[in-house]
Amino acid sequence: MTTLPTPGAVRLGLVIDLDICVGCHACAVNCKEWNTGGNAGPLSDYQPYEAQPDGVWFNRVHSYEVGDGPAGQTVHFPRSCLHCDNAECVTVCPTGASLKRAEDGIVLINEDVCIGCKLCSWACPYGAREFDEDVGVMRKCTLCVDRIYDEARPEAERVPACVSTCPASARHFGDLGDPASDVSRMVADREGMALMPELGYRPTNRYLPPRAKGSGCSAHAKSPALEPVMPEGTGFLGWLDRLLSA
Amino acid sequence: MHPALSVILFTVASGIGYGMLMLLALFLPLAAGPADRLFGAVSLGLALACIGGGLLSSTAHLGRPERAWRAFTQWRSSWLSREGVLAVLSLVAIALLTLAWPILAAPVECIEMTAAIAGLLSAATVAATAMIYRSLKPIARWHNRWTVPCYLTIALASGGLWLDWAGAATGVDFLPRAVAPILVLLAAVVKALYWRHTDGLKSATTIGTATGLGALGQVRPLDPPHTAANYIMKEMGFRIARKHAAKLRRIAGGLGVLAPLLLVIAGGMVPALDRSAVLLAAPVATIGVLVERWLFFAEAQHVAMLYYKADAV
Ligand code: SF4
Ligand code: SF4
Repeated sequence: MTTLPTPGAVRLGLVIDLDICVGCHACAVNCKEWNTGGNAGPLSDYQPYEAQPDGVWFNRVHSYEVGDGPAGQTVHFPRSCLHCDNAECVTVCPTGASLKRAEDGIVLINEDVCIGCKLCSWACPYGAREFDEDVGVMRKCTLCVDRIYDEARPEAERVPACVSTCPASARHFGDLGDPASDVSRMVADREGMALMPELGYRPTNRYLPPRAKGSGCSAHAKSPALEPVMPEGTGFLGWLDRLLSA
Repeated sequence: MHPALSVILFTVASGIGYGMLMLLALFLPLAAGPADRLFGAVSLGLALACIGGGLLSSTAHLGRPERAWRAFTQWRSSWLSREGVLAVLSLVAIALLTLAWPILAAPVECIEMTAAIAGLLSAATVAATAMIYRSLKPIARWHNRWTVPCYLTIALASGGLWLDWAGAATGVDFLPRAVAPILVLLAAVVKALYWRHTDGLKSATTIGTATGLGALGQVRPLDPPHTAANYIMKEMGFRIARKHAAKLRRIAGGLGVLAPLLLVIAGGMVPALDRSAVLLAAPVATIGVLVERWLFFAEAQHVAMLYYKADAV
């Protein structure tokens, strides 16, 4: 059914800390690795060893420059499905292949039903859906639904592959429907952002903005000069050093 | 947006067929005496070929066409599904009309009744097609109040010209002579208003709101996530230079509006040329509509492309 369910209490999603992300693409690579071998896979690659490799990925890491001059900074920005509450990618689907789960809010594609009409990818403002040319169906992030409920895994590992692999701990997974959860508190403390709020898709995932930085180069100029870490040389070598430095 | 040939052909061809049906429904009751069977056979045959061919062409756009029947199931939420259901219902009504009119020559009331139902369903199908585009918030050029009127008036104008074509081919005067030119003018005005409205759009969505970083200053792409174009860039990233768009709009207007109007006027003034002029007007105008529909896709920009480029969509 492509009509949206009445929102449940549980809204699983990601919180991505743009202050911490170093843009290493590990989340995107582990996402591809996990999902190409998991329930959603294989995720097709086209000409992977040629000059213009392309393929289906659920997660893409952009890098942006923000601001100018001393206030300028580089921000790395992973982009994937935000599991929107008002997921119009689901309501436009003519077949029922796209769905939003009532129990946890995850947005999924049933690829045995998808006809590959691509309309859902047009309806997603975030570019989160990619068409698989080899299989003829649409693909998207599953929030690793085949990991997070896998009771064969130790509890600590029941998180999406991108979260488990992030070397900087910039990605957090949890229930954004529960105001007391770690992720919800992070969002509250750091004023977590929804992307393109003006379009009304009400995404579940949140991005934590980069923290305010020092006021740039002028701050550096004020800090005291560094002390020499080595004592001045003594003896013959000290004399030679003073002689040559003169 | 990438202008997919199969979808352009589908919307233009089905627009012709459904437009013919809408006009048949309106004007059959005005015809004096029982309607001509040969004219019925030619016009309904043409409409069925346009709609059927268009629907077939649209399935070429699907990744898994063998599952196309599943698209009839989600009519509660999806305009694409509603379009599919309405398209099939109107095909059934048109088939019944073909049976009642040219094949069985049923009583006039029966023909008019079936035509009315087929015409209503046809109008609903064209509106549903337009609503597919109109409902997509990420594409401002489609998500506005002019999209549906454009599809409806262009379908009516094309239908009028092709009904005149069927009349000229069978030697029957069906539509009053002024109808098709008036519909062409109406479509031209509505499309011009569409262009005026969409050219002036200012989107609230920018790379700043797309990344949430706008408050920190100007956002500029530094490194893209991948080295080769991906699906999003190929599907949503199609761009047409403004000067080419302006030229193509003039071509669409010339072939879709000016040419058929001039042909009809010339035919009216020189009776010897009338038939050939009418036979020429419809196909020429349809080429113009194909250009217009190509532009409908090519000029539309999707907000997802903001992630790849800094300028507004
Ligand atoms: S991010 Fe896109 S694909 Fe994911 S739920 Fe929202 S609209 Fe749908
Ligand atoms: S591509 Fe598949 S999932 Fe997307 S709208 Fe079409 S049928 Fe539904």
